[in-house]
Amino acid sequence: MYAPSFAAPTTVAEAVQLLANASGVARVLAGGTDLLVQLRSGMLKPDLIVDTKRIPELRTITTEGGGYRIGASVSGAEANEHAGLSKDWPGVVEAVELIGSTQIQGRASFVGNLCNASPAADSVPALVAAGATAVIAGPNGEREVPVEDVPTAPGRTSLAKGEMVVAVKLPPKPARTGDAYLRFIPRTEMDIAVVGAGVCVTLDGSGKCTAAKVSLGAVAPTVLIVPDAAAALVGSKLDDAALAALDAAARAACKPISDKRGTIEYRTKVAGVLARRAAATAFKRAGA
Amino acid sequence: MAPDGTPALKVVGTRPIRPDGVDKVTGRAQFGADFQLPGQLVGKVLRSPHAHARIRSIDISKAEAVPGVKAVMTAADMPEITSEEAFVGEGPADFKDMSANTMAREKALYDGHAVAAVAAISAAAADAALAAIEVDYEVLPHVIEVEDAMVEGAPVLHDDMFTSGVDPKPTKPSNVAKRMVFQLGDVDAAFEKADIVIERKYKTAPVHQGYIEPHACVAQYAADGQVQIYCSSQGQFMVRAYVAKLLGIDISEIRVTPLEIGGGFGGKTLVYLEPLAVVLSRKSGRPVKMVMTREEVFRGSGPTSGGTVWVKIGAMRDGTIVAGDSVLKFQAGAYAGSPVGPGCMTAFAVYDLQDVRITGYDVVTNRPKVAAYRAPGAPISNFGVESAVDELARELGMDPVELRLKNAAKKGTKAAYGPTFGDIGCVETLEAVKHHPNYRAPLGPNQGRGVASGFWFNIGGESSATVNINEDGTAVVATGNPDIGGSRASMAMMAAEVLGIEVDRVRPIVADTSSVGYCFLTGGSRVTFATGMAVVEASKSVVNELKARAAKIWDIPVEAVEWQDGEAVPAGSNAGDFEPLSLSDIAAKSGRTGGPIASTSSLNAQGAGPGFGTHVVDVEVDRETGHVKVLRYLATQDAGRAIHPSYVEGQIQGGAVQGIGWALNEEYIYDDKGRLDNPGFLDYRIPVASDLPMIDTVVVEVPNPRHPYGARGVGEVPIVPPMAAMANAIQDAIGIRLTELPMSPPKIRKAVDEQAAAE
Amino acid sequence: MAKHHISTTINGEPVEFLCSTEQTMLDVLRDELHLTGTKEGCATGDCGACSITVDDRLVCSCLMLGVEAEGHAVQTIEGMADGDQLHPLQQKFLEYAALQCGICTPGFLIASRALLERNPDPTEEEARYWLAGNLCRCTGYDKIIRAVLDTAADMRGAS
Repeated sequence: MYAPSFAAPTTVAEAVQLLANASGVARVLAGGTDLLVQLRSGMLKPDLIVDTKRIPELRTITTEGGGYRIGASVSGAEANEHAGLSKDWPGVVEAVELIGSTQIQGRASFVGNLCNASPAADSVPALVAAGATAVIAGPNGEREVPVEDVPTAPGRTSLAKGEMVVAVKLPPKPARTGDAYLRFIPRTEMDIAVVGAGVCVTLDGSGKCTAAKVSLGAVAPTVLIVPDAAAALVGSKLDDAALAALDAAARAACKPISDKRGTIEYRTKVAGVLARRAAATAFKRAGA
Repeated sequence: MAPDGTPALKVVGTRPIRPDGVDKVTGRAQFGADFQLPGQLVGKVLRSPHAHARIRSIDISKAEAVPGVKAVMTAADMPEITSEEAFVGEGPADFKDMSANTMAREKALYDGHAVAAVAAISAAAADAALAAIEVDYEVLPHVIEVEDAMVEGAPVLHDDMFTSGVDPKPTKPSNVAKRMVFQLGDVDAAFEKADIVIERKYKTAPVHQGYIEPHACVAQYAADGQVQIYCSSQGQFMVRAYVAKLLGIDISEIRVTPLEIGGGFGGKTLVYLEPLAVVLSRKSGRPVKMVMTREEVFRGSGPTSGGTVWVKIGAMRDGTIVAGDSVLKFQAGAYAGSPVGPGCMTAFAVYDLQDVRITGYDVVTNRPKVAAYRAPGAPISNFGVESAVDELARELGMDPVELRLKNAAKKGTKAAYGPTFGDIGCVETLEAVKHHPNYRAPLGPNQGRGVASGFWFNIGGESSATVNINEDGTAVVATGNPDIGGSRASMAMMAAEVLGIEVDRVRPIVADTSSVGYCFLTGGSRVTFATGMAVVEASKSVVNELKARAAKIWDIPVEAVEWQDGEAVPAGSNAGDFEPLSLSDIAAKSGRTGGPIASTSSLNAQGAGPGFGTHVVDVEVDRETGHVKVLRYLATQDAGRAIHPSYVEGQIQGGAVQGIGWALNEEYIYDDKGRLDNPGFLDYRIPVASDLPMIDTVVVEVPNPRHPYGARGVGEVPIVPPMAAMANAIQDAIGIRLTELPMSPPKIRKAVDEQAAAE
Repeated sequence: MAKHHISTTINGEPVEFLCSTEQTMLDVLRDELHLTGTKEGCATGDCGACSITVDDRLVCSCLMLGVEAEGHAVQTIEGMADGDQLHPLQQKFLEYAALQCGICTPGFLIASRALLERNPDPTEEEARYWLAGNLCRCTGYDKIIRAVLDTAADMRGAS
C-alpha cells in the first residue's frame, strides 16, 4: 500500500540533501496546488514529499539591486499584495493572479507554476517577457538560469536530482518599460489557459519602442519566445502595421496541439489576438 | 380578502427563513458523505477503462487476499433480473438494464461502467484491492455520436435490441431502441399553404446535472436480513424500491433514511452505489460507506442526452405559424430510455398549432446511461424549435415577442401530445417581458438580444404527509420527499396557513421510508404541488379534529364551531357564547378530549398546472476570440402561486444559469478510444460567479385551479429556454446563426471567419 | 511510514491529530476530526466546497496536506458562528435564500468572510471574481452575491 514519507526542512541545504539522498521519486511541495491533484489522481506516487514552506528565505520577496527575488514558496496572493512588485511588474503579478481561484492563490507559487512545467502555465510567459531568472540550489551549490530554461517538455524540467528552484528573480525595471500578460479561457475564471501572451516593451521619450520581448504560452510544448514578434514592435509606436506584423509573427511561431481546450487553428489565431492586446497594455504601462 | 374574493393568505406568499437553514449555514446539516456508522468499511468501485468491451472473466482472488479487504463483489453477486419496466423513477427505465448499469455483466458499455466493487478497512486497502482485480476484456468497436450509432454497420451495443414503433418489426438488431410519432392535423398539407418555411438542423451536446455533492451512501445488512440505507437521493422510496428489485429483497426488509441532498436536478433519481453497498455489507458483515469521486460522477452517472433536432416551420406573412414538423434523435447512453418522449411532447407546446408532427428516436451509444436532468428532453427540442422561430421572426421582420404572442398557447389550445390546456400563463410571461425595462435597454456594437419561451408539463403523483399536533400546540409535518431546494419551507408554510398558526410553530421533517407513507420521488416539479396537497389535506383534517375537540369542550355540535386564525370560535351567536380556544388550548387538553391529534393524507395528485416561461438575454460577442459575455438576463415565469417567492426566484435563476452553461461551454469530450477526456470541474465548465450578471426574474401568477393555493411546479421550466435565447442573442449580435451546442469560443470564432470569407 | 502527530489550532482550540502523509487537510477534518461541515465536491481545487482559512488565508483544504497544518491556525465553517449567534453572513444568506441544497454554502461563507475581511466594500464584480472558485449549481449566484454585498453594507454601517 502506498505510504510516502514527508519532510519539512527549515534550510535550503537540508532540503537539497533530502532531495539528493532520496531513494525513489522525491517531490517538492511548495503551494501544492498541482502536486496534490497529481497525488489524488494516482498520476504521481512520490516516495518522499519535501515541504519547503518552513524555509524562511523561501517565504519572502526581497529587493535586490532594484529587482526582486521571489522565494519559491511565496503564494500568488502574497505576490499580489506586494506593492513594489505589483507596481514594477504588473504583467507578472497579473499572470500569477490568473492561476486558479482565490483559494488557489492562497497557495500556488510562481516557482511551482514554473516547475510543474505545464505548457499552459500562466506565470511563465510573463516571467519570460520580463527577463526573469530562476535560482537553482543543488548539491553543487547555486546556479541561475533564464526561467525559460527550466521547463524542457510538458511535465519535465532541466533540474538534476537534488536540485530545486529556490527563487525567481526579476531584474530592475528599466525606465519607460511596461509589461502585460493576457490569456484566453472559455469562462472568466477557473480554466487552464488556451493561449497566453506576455509582452514587455521599453519606449524612448517619444513613445517609440526601443526594446521588446514577446512570449507565448499553451501554443507549444514549452513557453515560446518570439523574436519576430518583438522585432515587429521595436521602432514602432504600436501603429496598425506593427500590430499586424506582431499578430502575424505570433501566429507563425505557434506550434500548438488540438485538445479538449482548443484546436490548432483556434489557438493560432487567438495567439495573434492576445499578442496585440497585451502589447497595447504594455505600451500604455510603459507610458505611451 | 384578496381582490378576486379568495381569503387573504397570511403565510403563503411570504418569505420566512427556511427551517433547515441554520443547519446548512453552520455546517451541521448531514449530507450523503457526512454520515457514518461505527465499524464502517470503505467501499470502492472498479470501472471499465473501455467504451465497449466483452468481459471474458474477472479474477478477484488477488484482491480478496489484500490485507484489510473484507469483501469483493461483481455482477455475479447480484440476482439476474428479467426485463421489467421500472415505475418509480423519472423517465423510462428497465430493471434489467438498471441492474446491468449498476454492475456490468457480459459487457462493459461505456468508459466508467462499474465492473466490480470492494470493501476494505481503509481507502488505501480498497485502492490496493481495486488494482489487484484482474478483468479480461475483449475490446469491441464503440460508437459515441447519435447519428453514427444509427447507420448501417455501426457497432451494435445490444444483440437483442430491435427498434420498436416501426412497422414491420425489424429483423436485425440495431442501436435504435424506439421510434415514436406525435401529431395533430395534416402537417404536409399545412406546409403547402405556408408563405414562409424555415428548415434547419440543430445539435446539442450531452450535459451533466453537475450537482456539487457526489453520490454517497452507507448501507448496513444485518444478520436477520434487515437492510438500513442512509443516502442522499431524490427519493428514499425510489432507493428502497430499486434496491429491493435489483437485489431481490422484500420492501419491508429495507429502511432508507434520507440525508440532506447536495443537488440532484434529476441526476439522483436512480441508484448507482446503494445496491453495491448492500451486497458488500452482506458479504462483509459490516456497514459499508461508498462515496463517488468527482471523476466517477462524470464517468459513471448519467448526464442528459445530446441529440439532433431537425425543425421545419411554416408561417403566413402576418406571422401566423401554420405548421410545425420536427425529428428528434436522442442518445440514451448505454441502455434504452432517453427523454426523447418528453422532448417530442414539449417541442411545440408553447404554440397554438393545428398541424404539427414530431418524430422521435431513442438511440443507444457507448456513453453513460442518461439520467433525468431538469425538464428532461425539453431543452433539447426547444433549442431547435425556438431557434427556428427566431429565424422566422427575422425573416418576417417581426419582433420576436410579438411573433410569439401571436402564436402563443392559451386556454383551449390543444397540445400535440394530447391534452387541451386549461388556465395557463404563456401569454402572461410574454407580456411581462414586453413591459420589462430589460427589453428596451440599448445595445452597443457586437451586442445582441435573444428571446425564447419554454414549457414543462409539471407532474403530480403519489404523496403522503402526516401532521402531528404536539401537546404545546406546535406541529410536526412529516413528508417523504427529499428537500432539494427549500421544500420543507413550503410544506411548513402551507400547514401553517391551514392551521392558522405562525410558520415557525411548524417543524417540517423529511421522514425515512418506515416513518411516513409512500411518496414518489422529488422530481418533475411535483413536491410543492403534490406533496403540498397532501400536507394541506392532512392539515385540514387536523383542523376538523380540532373543531371536534372544541365542540366537545364546549358541548356543542361540531357544525357550530369554526376555525379562524388558529382558533376555534363559535359559529355565530346561536352557537353559544364561548371564549375562543386556541390550537395550544385544545392541544393541551387533547389527552382528556380523545387523545393525540394527528392526521395523515395519502393521495395521487392530479392536475399539475403546466408551466411556461420566457427568457430574454443580452450578450456581447468578442469576434476575435469568440467569447460571449452575458450582459443581462431576464426570466419570466408563471408559478401559479408562489408559496415562498424567494425559492421560486431561486429555481428560476438556477435553471437559467444551468441553461447558460449548456449554451456556452458544457460538453462531454471523448477521445478516439471513447474515453471521457474531461471528467472534472476543470474542463467540464459550469458557469462561475464571474461569468454572470444578476438574473432578473418576474414571477407571474396564473393560479392553478387544481391546487389549494394555486401553485404550479417551477423547477423545470427555467432550463428550457436559455439555449435558444442565447443562440438568438448571438445571432442578433454578430449576424451568425449558431446551430450547435455548446456555442464555445472556438466555434464562434470559426463561424466569424467563415462569415468573413463568404463576404 | 508511521503516522504523523500534528498539533494545530482549529477554530481557536488546540487540536492534535494523527495522519498519514497523503491525507489531505480535508480528509483530516472530515474523517479524523469529524468536522464534516467542510465538503468535498471535487478534491481537485475546482469547486471551493472545501474552503477553509489557514492563518487567515483562504485555501482549498483538498489541496493541502494534513501534515502542513502543524503550528498553524485553521478556521472552518464550524467556527463561524459565535455560539448560537450567527455571523452576519450566515444570517444574511438565510434571509436572502442564498442557498438551495446547501452543499456549497459552507465554502461560500468561508470565502465570503475572507473577502469582507480584506475588502469591506467590494463591488459586485470584485465579489463575483473573488467567489469564482466556489461553484454553486442551484442558485445561479444571484442571491449569494446580493447577500454578500448587503452584509458588507451592514457591517460597514455597524462599524
